[in-house]
Amino acid sequence: MSHTTQVPHRRPVPRKSGAAPTAPPPQRRRPSSQQWAAWAFLAPVTLYLALFYAYPLYRNIDLSLRNYTVRSFVQGDAPFTGLENYRIVFDDPTFAPALLHTVVFTAVCLVFQYAIGLALAVFFNQHFRLSATLRALFLVPWLLPLIVSASTWSWMLNSDSGIVNAALHAVGIGPVNWLTSPSWSLTSVIIANIWIGVPFNLVVLYSGLQSIPTSLYEAAALDGASAWQRFWRVTFPLLRPVSAITLLLGLVYTLKVFDIIWIMTKGGPAESSTTFATWSYQLGFGNLLPAFGPGAAVGNLLVVAALVFGLVYVRVQRKQALS
Amino acid sequence: MRSRKRTWGKTAIGLLLTGIMLFPVYWMVNVSFTRDQDMRKSPPDLFPLNGTLAGYRTVLDEQLPYLGTSLVIGLGTVVLTVALSAPAGYALAKLRPRGGGVLGFVLLAAQMIPGIIMAMGFYAIYLQLGLLQSVPGLIVADSTLAVPFAVLIFTAFMSGIPGELLQAAKTDGAGALRTFWSIVLPMSRNAVVTVSLFAFLWSWSDFVFASTLVNGGSYEPITLGIYHYIGNNNQEWNAIMATAVVASLPAAVILVLAQRYVAAGVTAGAVKD
Repeated sequence: MSHTTQVPHRRPVPRKSGAAPTAPPPQRRRPSSQQWAAWAFLAPVTLYLALFYAYPLYRNIDLSLRNYTVRSFVQGDAPFTGLENYRIVFDDPTFAPALLHTVVFTAVCLVFQYAIGLALAVFFNQHFRLSATLRALFLVPWLLPLIVSASTWSWMLNSDSGIVNAALHAVGIGPVNWLTSPSWSLTSVIIANIWIGVPFNLVVLYSGLQSIPTSLYEAAALDGASAWQRFWRVTFPLLRPVSAITLLLGLVYTLKVFDIIWIMTKGGPAESSTTFATWSYQLGFGNLLPAFGPGAAVGNLLVVAALVFGLVYVRVQRKQALS
Repeated sequence: MRSRKRTWGKTAIGLLLTGIMLFPVYWMVNVSFTRDQDMRKSPPDLFPLNGTLAGYRTVLDEQLPYLGTSLVIGLGTVVLTVALSAPAGYALAKLRPRGGGVLGFVLLAAQMIPGIIMAMGFYAIYLQLGLLQSVPGLIVADSTLAVPFAVLIFTAFMSGIPGELLQAAKTDGAGALRTFWSIVLPMSRNAVVTVSLFAFLWSWSDFVFASTLVNGGSYEPITLGIYHYIGNNNQEWNAIMATAVVASLPAAVILVLAQRYVAAGVTAGAVKD
């Protein structure tokens, strides 16, 4: 397939969308029959986007601005309360810890996923026997359903019968209550999420490494640069555009991680691993009495954060495509 | 001779690293064969020496309906995703629509929306439409995981089809629809495969939509099957892990049969919730 070696900043699509607003309309007049045909082909997906993206998003905003109860949720006559739900959320004692956990979770996952992914990419870039096969096997954690990864990690981290505590016991460290103690639960879900995120970083960074010309390494080696120097003086600077894209995409996707945390700890114990994503679900679906309004409000805060970083990503990508 | 030795050294390190990375997968398989009475053993057995198939028997007894539902939902998602995004990719790549750039941007932004937000919106809508706990409803929701990515893949791929070819078809009197159906689509088989694989895998793996939209219904996918196992405080971890092994089979098949498509998909802007 043609884009096996493509790295994200070479993607044609965003480049096109990036060029469109700045470039004046093409000089040649596009025949109107072709315009009709084009939009006929685009009509299903446009309608689809309106119905299944824009409308759910709109409903979500609407939910966050009204005082919904189970009854008014069905009847659809909830009173408009403005930003009341947002005020409730900000005043909630869960807000500060959830914010802190979201930031810590995202930052720690990003740093480790990127560092491990980069180290592995550099290692696999050396083309030894079986390197292609082993690199493919590294994709496994990324391909597994999240419920599979999460439940496997749950059992591995089980306090009494988990293999992790058994291994720690073998080296003389006492049992850790990974999932049931408030001081360890966030660490546990971070470990599991790093494991899932490494393959993505490895694959994207590896494809970035391949676009660095080998002649540069040869020249550096001739100049007497050690492997360590070659990495910091050649690889790392030349990889910066790909690194930026990888980290930004990782940021957007880590912000919205929900499955892993919910399946492993449900955000607990005592909200010690609650992030905005799990809090939003907890409010909307996790209790007997659902609080749809505040739940939607938390969710919308998450959307805003994701879109802000998403826009930064698009900007960075555009700048790279233009340069 | 010396360099040869060094590559084998690196292979050894590579094998070790891969072993560490895949240990949780091995552990899942190992536990799935463990007997109930050995489950709480300390330290746990590293190899399933007294292996049992009891876990898999439970899967056969209890999980087949879930697996069937997941299969149907996965295939439905594939069909819907390809049908929506292949024409769109063609238009964006070859027909230069006015406003195409904006649409491309919207698709990119759509991928950034957290799944939990979409789920809440879908829940509100489906509640009114009576579509909760329905398979078609879940297919539509699951397709939102794949459609933006699929349009991007199709656009990228179809941009590579030579314009002269399409021009020649036009000269021969083929309309846009005919050109798309008889030339562009057959030439894009690789893109169709990539998109189908990811659409299937994502809907097969989906948990957020399943747990909000069809939880408690008569047709539940395998992700909920596993979730109910864990949620019921079930202690039969061999059965849980056996189900997890079975639920991982599509990923394994895809990795073995279609690895190059997977790598292409990840690199072309991988998205995963």
